[in-house]
Amino acid sequence: MITEIKDLITTHIGEQAIVRIEEEHLHPILVINDSDLVKIAFLLRDTEGYYFDFLSNISTLDYYPDYRFAVVYHLSSIPYQTQLTLKVEIENDRRLDNLPEIPSVSAVWRTADWHEREAFDLMGIFFTEHPDLRRILLPDDWQGYPLRKDYEDAETYHGIAIK
Amino acid sequence: MTRYTEGLENYKKKIAAITSQEMVINMGPQHPSTHGVLRLELITDGEVVKEIIPHLGYLHRCFDKHAESMNYGKAIPFTDRLDYLSSMNNSHAFVMGVERMLKIEDKLPKRVEYIRVLVCELNRIASHLIAIGTYGIDIGAFTPFMWCFRDREHIMNMLEWASGSRMLYNYIWIGGLFYDLPVGFEERCQEFVDYFKPKLVELDDLLSNNQIFISRTANIGALPADVAINYGCSGPMLRASGIKWDLRRVDGYSVYPELEFEIPIGKGDMGTLGDCWDRYKVRVDEVKESVKIIEQCLQRLRADFKRTPDFDPRGLVPKKVNLKAQEYYVRAENPKGELGFHFVTQEKTDVPRRVKARGPSFNNLSVLPELGKGQLIADLIAILGSIDIVLGEVDR
Repeated sequence: MITEIKDLITTHIGEQAIVRIEEEHLHPILVINDSDLVKIAFLLRDTEGYYFDFLSNISTLDYYPDYRFAVVYHLSSIPYQTQLTLKVEIENDRRLDNLPEIPSVSAVWRTADWHEREAFDLMGIFFTEHPDLRRILLPDDWQGYPLRKDYEDAETYHGIAIK
Repeated sequence: MTRYTEGLENYKKKIAAITSQEMVINMGPQHPSTHGVLRLELITDGEVVKEIIPHLGYLHRCFDKHAESMNYGKAIPFTDRLDYLSSMNNSHAFVMGVERMLKIEDKLPKRVEYIRVLVCELNRIASHLIAIGTYGIDIGAFTPFMWCFRDREHIMNMLEWASGSRMLYNYIWIGGLFYDLPVGFEERCQEFVDYFKPKLVELDDLLSNNQIFISRTANIGALPADVAINYGCSGPMLRASGIKWDLRRVDGYSVYPELEFEIPIGKGDMGTLGDCWDRYKVRVDEVKESVKIIEQCLQRLRADFKRTPDFDPRGLVPKKVNLKAQEYYVRAENPKGELGFHFVTQEKTDVPRRVKARGPSFNNLSVLPELGKGQLIADLIAILGSIDIVLGEVDR
C-alpha cells in the first residue's frame, strides 16, 4: 500500500516531496519533506481510496548525538481501516534559541493542536502557523525541553533546590 | 518576547481583554466534577460559557522520560499508572507491542491469551462502572454511585486475588503472565457474572431510563461524527457519535476474533445523536458486552484451556528483550478509547530509545472547548462527565 501512496504523492505534489521509505519496521514508514507536509496531509485526508481522516498520534524523536530531530505522524483511515506512518526529519543545531521548525497540521486534523503543543513542550519543536502554541503539560515558565537527550535537570525551580 | 513565547503572550492578552460583562471562572483543579486535577478556565457571560481554556499537567510525571531509563519489563508498572482505572488494559497494550516486535505473539499459549482477555474485560467493566457511577453523581444522583462502586468492589477483590494488588496490577508480563489464575477463580468469576447481570437491569431502571437523568443529558453536548474524528476522539466517545470503530474488531488482536460480541453505538434514542446520554448509554451497553466476553472466556478456560500442572504462564518471558533497531506503533482498545505506544528501540540494549504514550483521554478531552462553547455552566459539568477522563492519562 505504501508504494501506492508514494505514487499518489509524486503525481499530485512531485518527486521532491518523498525522501525515502523505511522498510525495516513492522509497518513501513514514509519519510517526507517538511515543506510539503501540509499539502500531503490534505491530500491523504481528502483523496478517495485513502481518506486518512484519523490522526492517532504525533510522536517526536531526538537523534542525539546527531543534530537531527524527527516528528512521526500515525494516521489511520476509519472508512478503509488502514494505517500509515509519516515521518518528517529536520536538521537543527540544538540551540535553545533556534528550535527546529515544522509546519503545523492542526488545520488538517484538529487533534494535532494538542499533540503539537505537547511536542513543543517536551521536545522543543516549533510548529509554524499553530493557532495556540504554548506549553501544555509543564508550567509556562519551565526552562528547556525534557525529552531531549541532552537535557539536564535544573538545580532550582523558583529558588527551591530540586536536586 | 520571542516567537516561542508568542502563544503564551496571546493567551495572557485574551484573559486581560475580557469585557466588563464577562467573567473568568476557574473550574478545578480541586473541583470534584473534573474527576481529578484538571483546571478549566471559563470565560463566561452570565451563565453561558463563551470559551473554555483547559490547563493540564498537574499530574504530569513524564512517562516517556521514565520509560527511556529502564528496560521494557520495568516500564509495565508505569503503564499501570497511566489510566489507573484500567491498568490491565494498559499493560496489555504495552506488552502486545513488545511481543509483536519480538515476534512471539503467535507462540503464546491460548490459556495466557484467554486469561489476559478475561482480566482486561473485568477491568473494562470496573472502569465503566466508575464512569457511570461518577457521572450519576455529577448530575446529582447519589445512589447509582454507591451501587456501581459496590459491584466494582467484587472485581477489585477478584483482580487482587489474581495479582496481589487492588488497582495497579503488573499482572500481564511480556511473554506471559505474573501467575496463573488462582485455583477457584473461574468459579468465583462465574458467581460474579450471575450476581452482576440482574444488577445491570436495576441500573437501567435506576439511571438510564430515569426521566430526571434524561432531561439533564439528552440533547446536551451533541458531538457530530466528523468533529469527533477530526479531534481524534476514540472509544465510547466516537462510537456514541454513530461510528462503529472498535480496535478489538478492527485490529482483531489477542483472541478477540474468536469471541462473539457486539459493538454498541449511539443511536440518538433520547435526543440528538452523540449527546451525553448516548455516550453514557454506549458505556452501559459495553458493560453488557464485556459480560458476554467474560462468560465465553470462562467457558473456554474451564473446558478447552484448562489449568494443567505443566502450564507455565512465564514460559515465554524473555530474560532480556533483544530487539533490532526499529519503530513500531501499537494500539489497543482501552475502556476510554485508543491507547497507543510508539516504540523506538535501539540495538544491543533492552532500554528503549523512546516510548511515546498516546492516551485516549488526552484526545477525548481536547474536544471539550468545542463541545462546551455556548453551553450553560451546569451543562458543562454534564459534558465533561460524559467524556470520562482520567487525569493520570491526560497528564501522563
